[in-house]
Amino acid sequence: MLIKLPKASDCQESDVTPESFYLSRRSLLGGALAGIAASSLPRWVSADEAARYPDVEPGKAPNWFAEKLPATKWQAVTVKDESITPFKDATHYNNFYEFGTDKGDPAKNAGSLKTEPWSVVIDGEVAKPGRYALEDFMKPYQLEERIYRLRCVEAWSMVIPWMGFPISALLKQVEPTSKAKYIRFETLQDAKSMPGQRSSFGLIDWPYVEGLRLDEAMNPLAILAVGMYGRELPNQNGAPLRLVVPWKYGFKSVKSIVRISLVSEQPKTTWQSIAADEYGFYANVNPTVDHPRWTQARERRLPSGLFSPNVRETQMFNGYSDEVASLYTGLDLRKNY
Amino acid sequence: MRYPIWRIGVFIAAAVWPLLWLYEAWSFALGPDPGKVLVDRLGLGTLILLLITLGMTPLQKLSGWAGWIAVRRQLGLWCFAYVVLHLAAYCVFVLGLDWSQLGVELRKRPYIIVGALGFLSLLVLALTSNRYSQRRLGSRWKKLHRLVYVILGLGLLHMLWIVRADLKEWAIYASIGALLLVLRVPPVARRIPRRITKKATTATKA
Repeated sequence: MLIKLPKASDCQESDVTPESFYLSRRSLLGGALAGIAASSLPRWVSADEAARYPDVEPGKAPNWFAEKLPATKWQAVTVKDESITPFKDATHYNNFYEFGTDKGDPAKNAGSLKTEPWSVVIDGEVAKPGRYALEDFMKPYQLEERIYRLRCVEAWSMVIPWMGFPISALLKQVEPTSKAKYIRFETLQDAKSMPGQRSSFGLIDWPYVEGLRLDEAMNPLAILAVGMYGRELPNQNGAPLRLVVPWKYGFKSVKSIVRISLVSEQPKTTWQSIAADEYGFYANVNPTVDHPRWTQARERRLPSGLFSPNVRETQMFNGYSDEVASLYTGLDLRKNY
Repeated sequence: MRYPIWRIGVFIAAAVWPLLWLYEAWSFALGPDPGKVLVDRLGLGTLILLLITLGMTPLQKLSGWAGWIAVRRQLGLWCFAYVVLHLAAYCVFVLGLDWSQLGVELRKRPYIIVGALGFLSLLVLALTSNRYSQRRLGSRWKKLHRLVYVILGLGLLHMLWIVRADLKEWAIYASIGALLLVLRVPPVARRIPRRITKKATTATKA
């Protein structure tokens, strides 16, 4: 007999917000907004979907995204008993060194990034390599909302509702050959629109490169995201296409992807190249293995107020042990950090 | 007291920043992680004040105006005040007042060790900055206060180890620091034109 054991991240019937609450909140919002509707009519269509979360700035969704939105599987994965980080914080406090090293730089500078048109190259050990326009690349996939914890290697964390699809679905499309052992991702390199790439004192050899073992990429939790908070990704969060691997430190989740390669050798990642003793290939969230310069045992869950600091214990694999620990049996996680 | 308005002006200019930042933190203007922002700003403020303090002697020599020296001790003490706040903010917001963790950090992290050494050195200089110590230590006082050059090195190293990906900002502070040290190398210092030498000597004593 098969016994289904619920995983910690499973969404249960009881977690779902009752539709009546949800609808009444919407009608309330609708009513409150109706007064100013006349003056801002053109924004209405996108603002309606953005209202899924409070205070979400409506964006300008590309057509392919707007077409996919109605079929989205909302709350496909959720977190239990944790509140979602406010939109403003998730979009105005993050690292995206292509736009500067301060936490506010991405939001300030990423406006220059041009995400349409966008193309993605698939190459390496695959049966179907090619260069795809993003709208064609996205055609086969249904969007799912995945609410994940995000743990930055710098010891802060957030909870973010992403929208995307599992990498396993992509791999099914492009058919890796038997030689493919790793998947390598590359961010856009464009010094014209990315001021961080122009710094002559920078230590990073652009473009930004990240990678996963193929079995890690096949794990159902690993997704490619195109949206967050019910809308398309804002530029500063890695528009139009980014990786999200919730059991690894945030820097693994490479942004603004232009190239995905299936390779036979472990790719040399950007942070490994800068400081191999501080940032390993695996970069699994692990409270027992410190960063050489700070402890990883605890994290500041943002927003963390000045007079009400929100400090909590970091969980092994960021709380996704049930789903991913089996990937690493027999591997010494102290050596393979 | 000479230059009272100048001294008070410097006092206000140095005191206003931490108050402004505290107000910003209180009014949620520092983003979702205000503690970290405060720690960073206070640390950088310490370094900038150290560089300003070290700039007073060359400025006085170049301009001949004794007012620069009149605020030097005050600026040095402000530098100490900022480092005390920096350390306090680190203990509260980064360590969450977990003292056993402080012990771990002090043993394991080179940049924390270097920062702690810099703090202790600044503490020594602050404690001996009064006239009583100057009289008591006599000629040794000047030697002791040359420790400030070591502190500059420690501070820059402390910052360098925190930088993760872009050295531009650090390089700017390091080159200003290097320039201020070069101006003190005797062969260079001799070449700086001394204007109104007499006034300058009396001012140093004052």
